[in-house]
Amino acid sequence: MIEVLNVALVALVIGLAVWTVVARDAYAAVIGFVAYGLLLTLVWVQLRGIDVALTEAAIGGGLTGALLIGAAARLRGTESAARAERPGSATRLLAGLVAVATGGAVAVCVLALPTPPPTLAPDVAANLAVTEVGNPITAVLLAFRAVDTLLEAIVLLFALVGVWSLAPDRAWGGAPGMRQQADPDGMLAYAARLLPPIGIVAGAYIFWVGADHPGGKFQGATILAAMWLLVIMAGLTDAPRIDRRWLRWLIVSGPLAFMAVGVAGALSAGAFLGYPEGFAKPLILVIEFALMPTLTLILGLMLLGPPRRGESS
Amino acid sequence: MSGFLDWWTVVAVVAGAFFFLAGTVGLLRFPDSLTRLHALTKADNLGLGLVVLGLLPQVDSLAAGLKLGCVWLLVLLSGATAGQLITRGLVRGSSQT
Repeated sequence: MIEVLNVALVALVIGLAVWTVVARDAYAAVIGFVAYGLLLTLVWVQLRGIDVALTEAAIGGGLTGALLIGAAARLRGTESAARAERPGSATRLLAGLVAVATGGAVAVCVLALPTPPPTLAPDVAANLAVTEVGNPITAVLLAFRAVDTLLEAIVLLFALVGVWSLAPDRAWGGAPGMRQQADPDGMLAYAARLLPPIGIVAGAYIFWVGADHPGGKFQGATILAAMWLLVIMAGLTDAPRIDRRWLRWLIVSGPLAFMAVGVAGALSAGAFLGYPEGFAKPLILVIEFALMPTLTLILGLMLLGPPRRGESS
Repeated sequence: MSGFLDWWTVVAVVAGAFFFLAGTVGLLRFPDSLTRLHALTKADNLGLGLVVLGLLPQVDSLAAGLKLGCVWLLVLLSGATAGQLITRGLVRGSSQT
């Protein structure tokens, strides 16, 4: 019975993926992509990858979906003009050939993988106890492959700088987005008062259990950022100006603390991001606690977009 | 006793699935946005409510049951909020044009 459901799920995922690529309207493609992300979450649950499922639901479906909806809304004006420029048949033939060649190369690579595929999973399982972290995913992300996670946090920072750099000169340093005007007695304001306490508890919980169970800072930070955005959307508070000093400090404090731990490891444990024996868990907690506000702010600010209000408003 | 509870689960979940199906048909077939919204929210509220009610006898701890209830209440809240927002957008859009 469960096999039938799995096959149906896979067929649905592949069908949605094809539809997302084929859809001519950018907005329809984005909606397809969000649904695809949510179905992919179910696939990860079926594969027992709960950590990945949580991340896919929070970031792949939720956050990326919201970003893409914003992008599609901005592109709407130019879409018909872009569609009018139909590429010539030679260009299309070439594009088709390149796509087929790339797909073929990927297929060959996947089929050529040795069986059993090379894996470091047994090594991780054998050395998990050293980190004193119960969740192997967290151990990999913050002990065995911590440098990847550090670069990830820095990439997010650059992404935010990229979003901000789209600001017109007169709005630079101002607050992102428009001041939201919502009915103070309306449903949105009601939800924005009722939901954040629940969401903050859920976000903090997912962050905290990440040490021993599925969860972690990325998923928790996404929930916290969503709660922050909900309160801003309901007009209960305003988005901060991006030239605020506390804001600038908070968005670099996470990577800075991460790098400080890394350099300290180079001095005391003999390797960049090495943890001295017995200090792995406390240092991992320091990094996680420092990254949490940074990630929450960066994810929220990325969705709020570039600053659009200058000094006057 | 467990036989009765299992039947209750089957009946309630099937009824919930029926509401989801009916809501989807309504979403595809109804003529305008307000009636489509009506179909969608019925699927969310009643369909998910029945599925949750049906699954309640199958949980192995009180905490799991409470979590199921929380899921339903949160979906009710978000569905009601989204429905209000879409309706407001519709009303605003029709008054402007």
